Amino acid sequence: MNQWRNFNKGFLRENPVFVLVLGMCPALATTTTAINGMGMGLATTFVLFMSNLVISIFAGFIPDKVRIPAFIVIIASFVTIVDLVMGAYFNTPGPQGEPSLYDQLGIFIPLIVVNCIVLGRAEAFASKNKIVSSVIDGLGIGLGFTFALVLLGATREILGNGSIFGLSFIQGDGILVFVLAPGAFIALGYLTALIIRLKKS
Amino acid sequence: MAKKESTFLNMIVTLLIVTFVASSALGYIYELTKAPRAEAMRIKQTFAIKKVLPEFDNDPLADQYVLPANDGSGELSVYPALAGGDSIGAAVKTFSNNGYGGIIELMVGFNKSGEIIDIAVVNQKETPGLGTKMADDSYIKQYRGLNPGETDISVKQDGGEIDAITAATISSRAFSEAVQKGYNTYLKGETK
Amino acid sequence: MEYILIIISAVFVNNIVLAQFLGICPFLGVSGKVSTALGMSGAVMFVMTLATIATYLIQVYILVPFDITFLQTITYILVIASLVQMVEIILKKISPALYQSLGVFLPLITTNCAILGVALLVMQKEFNLVQGVIYAIGNSIGFALALIVFAGIREQLDLMHIPKGMKGVPVSLVVAGILALAFMGFAGIVK
Repeated sequence: MNQWRNFNKGFLRENPVFVLVLGMCPALATTTTAINGMGMGLATTFVLFMSNLVISIFAGFIPDKVRIPAFIVIIASFVTIVDLVMGAYFNTPGPQGEPSLYDQLGIFIPLIVVNCIVLGRAEAFASKNKIVSSVIDGLGIGLGFTFALVLLGATREILGNGSIFGLSFIQGDGILVFVLAPGAFIALGYLTALIIRLKKS
Repeated sequence: MAKKESTFLNMIVTLLIVTFVASSALGYIYELTKAPRAEAMRIKQTFAIKKVLPEFDNDPLADQYVLPANDGSGELSVYPALAGGDSIGAAVKTFSNNGYGGIIELMVGFNKSGEIIDIAVVNQKETPGLGTKMADDSYIKQYRGLNPGETDISVKQDGGEIDAITAATISSRAFSEAVQKGYNTYLKGETK
Repeated sequence: MEYILIIISAVFVNNIVLAQFLGICPFLGVSGKVSTALGMSGAVMFVMTLATIATYLIQVYILVPFDITFLQTITYILVIASLVQMVEIILKKISPALYQSLGVFLPLITTNCAILGVALLVMQKEFNLVQGVIYAIGNSIGFALALIVFAGIREQLDLMHIPKGMKGVPVSLVVAGILALAFMGFAGIVK
């Protein structure tokens, strides 16, 4: 397997958010700013990486009929680890009292366990491939997911808040709707159309 | 790798092993991160207190006490601050249920004579871009230095001194109500 | 009275799909036709309510007393997965037709973030069991509402001319955004 192609398919060709239409819930909910999108994406990438690793090592020892519950327990464990670690080290308020990254991502951290991307890759790839390929697949898809989230987060932050990665560049407010629910849908809709266009050319 | 047969025994044993290993690993990480997580919670709680009070040398969290709100709407937590053994005031965690989106929680720093030192918004669900402006310095600074016992801190529409946020009168009103409640409760409690 | 407020808030003001972003995958995937939307909503309502009850009991009587709340994610998702298996078996027996039409979306209810999300939110909002059940029922009604309205719109969209670049997912998302905007109008009706 060409590992370079295996790795970069997650960015454009098989981007989970724009092409596979998976992981939409966190994509819409956690992208109020670019940093939040990045935090969510990286947390998910960690889970993808670890669960793909463990599952590709042990898949042979797991009887077929119980593989889904077994995968779920493995994935849920890594999600819990992310939850515990972020609650410990990414949980300080900002200088003006803004909520910590942990609070901003909220229940979407435990919800990584139902992110269809993770179980999907475990089932479709990691359980059937060698360790190296599975790990690179996890990393590539995870970083592609992160890329999509940062892109959407940056778009919403620039349009809705007049800032990027927390640095403001306009006075006053932006187009508020983009920070709110409807704007998330609309921004993602147009971005998806754009990316699919880019993919075709 | 040959897949294991799905006999009943195999399935149960595998699931038990997986769950056992998972739970043990998680228990271990839980213990490992227990202290940092508790520390992070403590920092978050003291953050609002530190913001609204001048330098203190006690532990307001440890010295906190609870007072019933003067209007019977619940309980307020008071975090007294001391410097060199003398009371320099307290942070009062107050609230109003009459925000546009529900409850508003504020941490108000009062000095000994009841003047407002500063206010921090702890929790609110107001409309982003409108009611959420209550956390902005430009709104809060109107309250600093005012003594609710001497000045009417309700919004101008109600006869007070405060300029409400444009198009967010309900949020502003609730904010003032919470601050007033904090003053009434804390100072009434002080003069025992 | 308070229960009515919980329901109104869950269905309109804080709609699970259009405001809280939970349940998007089935929302985009199953809303092609009103009939499948109805079937999916029924299944979700059943699983969501049962899952809320089961996870609540486990949290209150097992996880908290034994100080093992860090096992919350694992136990919750296993409960939900088992419930979905159960629903599959029951459905196959009593309504094979519905079972067929839901197809692969039935096991996907396990990964429906709305179910796990609601179970977690009940804990976060510190509801008791009765409030939690009402909240779950309210949210499943909200889910059904969003899904069915959206299915109705999409059935109409299929008959219209959409620019090629926006066909499919992009235009669905923009329409969902407009629907979310409409639902924002409900804000403020619950104090």
